[in-house]
Parts: sequence; C-alpha cells; structure tokens
Amino acid sequence: MPSLKQLQQRIKSAKSIRQITRAMKLVAAARLRRAQDRVLEARPYSDKMRELIASLAEAGDMPEHPLLARRPINKYGVVVITADRGLCGSFNSNLLRKAVDFIKNTPGDATVISVGKKAEQFFGKRGYKMGEHFSIPTSGPTHRHAQEIFAYAQELFETEQLDAIYLIYSKFYSAIRQIPESVQLLPIQPPQREDAGTNKLTSKTYSFEPGATELLGQLLPRYALTVTQQGLLESTASEHGARMTAMTSATDSAGEMISTLTLQANRSRQAAITKEILEIVGGAEALKS
Amino acid sequence: MASTFQLSVVAPDKTVIDELTDTVIAPGVTGYLGVQAQHEPFITQLRVGVLEFRDAGGTMQKVAIAGGFLETDGEHVIVLADAAERSGDIDRARAMAAAERAKQRLQEKSSDLNLDRATAALERAANRIKLAGG
Repeated sequence: MPSLKQLQQRIKSAKSIRQITRAMKLVAAARLRRAQDRVLEARPYSDKMRELIASLAEAGDMPEHPLLARRPINKYGVVVITADRGLCGSFNSNLLRKAVDFIKNTPGDATVISVGKKAEQFFGKRGYKMGEHFSIPTSGPTHRHAQEIFAYAQELFETEQLDAIYLIYSKFYSAIRQIPESVQLLPIQPPQREDAGTNKLTSKTYSFEPGATELLGQLLPRYALTVTQQGLLESTASEHGARMTAMTSATDSAGEMISTLTLQANRSRQAAITKEILEIVGGAEALKS
Repeated sequence: MASTFQLSVVAPDKTVIDELTDTVIAPGVTGYLGVQAQHEPFITQLRVGVLEFRDAGGTMQKVAIAGGFLETDGEHVIVLADAAERSGDIDRARAMAAAERAKQRLQEKSSDLNLDRATAALERAANRIKLAGG
C-alpha cells in the first residue's frame, strides 16, 4: 500500500480534476441548451422553404440555374465541421472518420474545407488538399457564418474549380447520441415532396409573381444556405452534447477514484495508528517484565 | 368570416413576427401589395423594403425586410425574409456602420460580383436606417 502522504496527494489531485470537469460539464450543458434553441428557431424558415420549393417544382419547371448544374465530378470539395477543442468524447474522431471514409469512397480529387481546428489539424497533417479554413467563435455559428461558407462554396462551384461540394456534419439526436452525416450541398438537390411533409400548397391553385420557375431560381440558393446553416447548428449542438456527456462521466469517475483512495488512505492511517499502539504496548510489556 | 389572420415573418435564424393581424402591406418586386383575410392563394418575391401590418391594438407596425418571399393561402401569411428587423429593434448605429462599409466597398474598383453585393448591402442598410428614423 502506498504511503498515507502519497494517497493524500492523489486525492487532492483527483478533487481538483473533478472540480474542473464539473465546471466544464455545466458550461457545456448551458451551451447545449442555447444551441438546441437555435436549431429550433431555425426550423420555421427551413421547413417553409422546403414546402415552397417542393410545391413550385410541381407547378413549374426547374430553372436553368448555375447552382443546379450537373457536371462529371472530377474535383469535389468536402466541408468538414468539427470542434476547435477536444474533451468531447468521440465527437471529433467520429466526424473525421466519416470524412475519411467518404473521401475514400468518392471518386475524384478531394479538397477539404475545414470548419473547426480539429478538421484543419487532422487533414492538414495528413497531406490532404486543403481549401479555406473557417472558424466558428465559442458563442456559436450565426447566419453570417453560414453565408460565408456557402459563398465560398458557391464561388468554387460556379468558377468550375470544383464540380460538387459535400457537407459532413454531426446530426444531433440527444446529448448521448450524435451521428455524423454527409449531404450534398452543390449542385443543389431540391427537396423532394417527402421532405416537405404535408403538401397543402398543391391542394389550392396558387398564382405566382413572377413565374414559378423564376421563384424557384431565387429560392434554391437560399435553400442551399439553410442546408449549410442546419449543418452548422446541428454540429454545434452535437459538440456541446458530447462534451457534456464526456465531462459528466469524467466527473463521476473522479468521484469514484476519490472514494476508493479515501478508503485506502483511512486504512493506511488506521494501520499506522495500530502499529504505534502495538509498539507502545509492546515496549511497556518489555519494561514490566 | 374572420377578418384576421396569422402573420409570420421568419428569418433563417429566428421568427421575427408571429401575430394576428388584419392588414399586411408588403414590398413586392413589382410594387407594394396589400393582403387581407381571404386573399387568393399567392406566392410572390419581395424586394428590400418595409413591411407594414396592423397589430392587435390597431397600430401599424413596421418591419425592415431585406428581400425574401411572401406566401398566403387566404388563412395565413408567411414571409420568408433574408433578414427582418422590427422598426423598434433596429440599431441605427450598426445600420449606419454597415452603410459606411458598403460605401467603402463601392469605392474600390472591385469585381462585378463584389459591386453587386456592396450595392445590395447598402440598399439593406439604407432601408434599416430609414425605418429607424432617417
């Protein structure tokens, strides 16, 4: 058994670790709540957008829009959304693995567009072709960030530097369940009727101003922007959920260690006292006889 | 027959208006349009401008809209705005700063795309400044 002093030192460090992980867990929980609220706040716009597009697509033809252009895919971009920091369990590694597999299984020349330091470091170090890097502040992604990223993707696509752009993000199901997903950003894939849910729009005869095709031409880029934004918002919620879970379990583990070590320390202390008593009694007996 | 209907003005990141009203005036691309209850089902594009509606108390409220779309089915009106701010919420200083930045970019001899973007940004900022009280 290690000495009492050593045990006490270990208990002290475990306690300070537990304090830190508990604080991180609380911060992550607060950020998760905010991130979830943002995901919900963005829903009305994107739901309605899908509904409008799905219905207009039935009323008119798809416009000849540059962002819909299908070309043979020789060069493509992959926007990978990760966190800047770790301590969030397997969040980052799951995303990076998904991205690596995606690139491996997708023919063509891949360029990685990193969002978040972990993606930048991972792919940068492994010699992948890197596009621009985007960083999201700790306060969370705003609509402006989605606009910047999409504008960059749009530019590369329209100037034919890339033939397709995909987004790899983490879909948020709960604090303990986040699943990496891939989605095609460009060329735009108009939402299908199933995505739009109940299609009440086609049950009435609508009039359009300007025509259905021109409206679609205006709606589709905005739709692609909502796809980008949704990827960012869900990934943020996923990151905070994963970190909250990781820090919760770290706090619990530290607590268990403190209990175990405390028991050991008490045993060690009692053993030392017993030994002293025995020595004193033994010495006294020896003096008596 | 109800003369009021629900007006929702939603921006990509939040819902700005969700109220009962009886009159909406929106900046359509081909001119202002008015919407009241039982309007025929209609989808239109909106330009940068001011959307007005009469609130439950009877006062006309104004919202700066940075372009978007309006859809009505006769029972609701939904505005999908690229950005929307209630007149009372507009930060005039921020809007002026945005206008300044846009003017700077217009001075630079930049690409057509950047000039278009700067012009649009200036338009949006000017719209907000005007609504905030000129």
